[in-house]
Amino acid sequence: MTQDLILETKNLIKAFKGFTAVDDVNLQIERGSIHALIGPNGAGKTTVFNLLTKYLAPTSGCLLFNGKDITALPSASIARLGIVRSFQISAVFPNLSVLENVRVALQRKEGNSFHFWKHERVLNRLNDKAMQLLDDVGLTGFAHSKTLDLPYGRKRALEIATTLALDPELMLLDEPTQGMGHEDVDVVANLIKRVSAGRTILMVEHNLHVVSKLADRITVLQRGAILTEGDYASVSADPRVREAYLGVSDDEPVAPVVQPAGPHSIDVAAGAGA
Amino acid sequence: MGIAEESSMKTTRFTPSKLNLVLLLLALVAPFVLYPVFLMKVLCFALFACAFNLLLGFAGLLSFGHAVFLGTGGYVTGYLMINTGITPELGILAGTLAAGLVGALYGKLAVRREGIYFAMVTLALAQLAFFFYLQAPFTGGEDGLQGVPRGHLFGFIDLANNLQMYFFVLAIFLFGFWLIQRTVHSPFGQVLKAIRENEPRAISLGYNVNDYKWVAFIISAGLAGLAGSTKTLVFQLASLTDVHWHMSGEVVLMTLVGGMGTLFGPLVGAAAIVTIQNYLSGGELGNYIHIIMGAIFVVCVLAFRNGIVGQFRKVLKQNF
Repeated sequence: MTQDLILETKNLIKAFKGFTAVDDVNLQIERGSIHALIGPNGAGKTTVFNLLTKYLAPTSGCLLFNGKDITALPSASIARLGIVRSFQISAVFPNLSVLENVRVALQRKEGNSFHFWKHERVLNRLNDKAMQLLDDVGLTGFAHSKTLDLPYGRKRALEIATTLALDPELMLLDEPTQGMGHEDVDVVANLIKRVSAGRTILMVEHNLHVVSKLADRITVLQRGAILTEGDYASVSADPRVREAYLGVSDDEPVAPVVQPAGPHSIDVAAGAGA
Repeated sequence: MGIAEESSMKTTRFTPSKLNLVLLLLALVAPFVLYPVFLMKVLCFALFACAFNLLLGFAGLLSFGHAVFLGTGGYVTGYLMINTGITPELGILAGTLAAGLVGALYGKLAVRREGIYFAMVTLALAQLAFFFYLQAPFTGGEDGLQGVPRGHLFGFIDLANNLQMYFFVLAIFLFGFWLIQRTVHSPFGQVLKAIRENEPRAISLGYNVNDYKWVAFIISAGLAGLAGSTKTLVFQLASLTDVHWHMSGEVVLMTLVGGMGTLFGPLVGAAAIVTIQNYLSGGELGNYIHIIMGAIFVVCVLAFRNGIVGQFRKVLKQNF
């Protein structure tokens, strides 16, 4: 098999005092794909994310990025290699302006981040680039607002713009549509689709509707271990997945459940109907 | 974190340059009206508090051992002025560098921890330095270094004259204040703010946040040392008072009373505290000074969480 893998984990294990949160996970993320990591609450999805970006150190196992072992690197170095993550709660800088949020990401590659003797106006040359990124996510009109004042959905869009500013090879999105209303969910899903051109995305996502729309490949986690892997059709047809998610076996009919779009809602209708 | 907000005067009616100009004029006239030594004391403590505020207000780091940098600057300058006969500007430079060096060492250790642990590490290291200075042969122990000569600035301006000394101190203060203002509004300051706002996100953008905190720590320590060196020349004395943890607490008080995270807050706080101390210590209430300061602190924390300047800005914003 000649797969072009951008990120690979080998026998990744994370144990917290007798509890194995991530159990022997072998992930293979193919370059240029959108890969979704799904699973019920507590399956270890976010822990896997934290391991991949070294916000947590794995108990054992290793991480390979473009074939190179990056297991020993600290978080900031991993980000510098081109693996940039987002967070479950919106990760913005609330008291900076929207423009400044993006600019602080662009600034890193400028090499003047330690220049305390220069006036900050030297950063103005990044404004055009920053505006362009804001434009991409539909935030042009908010550029000079305080980020604190943005509605939630816009903050998530800003987060994506900030991440894109680093031009990452691999974007890790942790529940990008969490806590959003239906309209915002579609906006962000379309945005992710658009920015996926030319890069790889690994996302944790609860909303199966979004997953079905975006993901080329899906890995299902359950109790820290990989349950199954494949495209949406094969994963959603797997009786074990249906059981893990819905607590029903395959031969029981799935009642259409209407749920409000809460933080952990699962779009059951879309999930079962595909 | 919800603390410190950057002090941009843009939202108020004063433009920064106008306000600065008025303050500068006041500072130039002040020694002809008020006692210059008192003013110099205010300026030294204001610089100390501003340096401290750079760390607390703009990097979100609460150091509880900043006296060590004030004291180190003072001892090094005092020792050199007494024993080598160098000019005061060089003595101050040496004191500042020494404090910066201690800051580099202490900061390297302290920035590895966060929150209360950061405060504890800085306190522990400062106590270490306190006992070192208590025992070391060159500090004069309990007596301190007395009779430090002020010398001749650049070899020809006699600083024994209080008025000339005052303008020298004012120039030093302005330099320190400018450097802090510039640091806050620099590319470095932007990253520092980002780290204060959301550290995990700053890391995920690829910033080695500890390095930025470290540099901020060194700048803060160096400027605290500059304040200590200058203070030693003003009072011709370097003593254990300046390295004692009381002093570390006092600078926290000044900064909080004035307004943490604002540019002028520490200046106002230092002026207020020094004035109260001077006023009380001469009068009948001298014995109650610590109780009164404590009460002020409690009232400030409970009633004006943003300090005098923070509160003033809030009122200004609401009413105009």
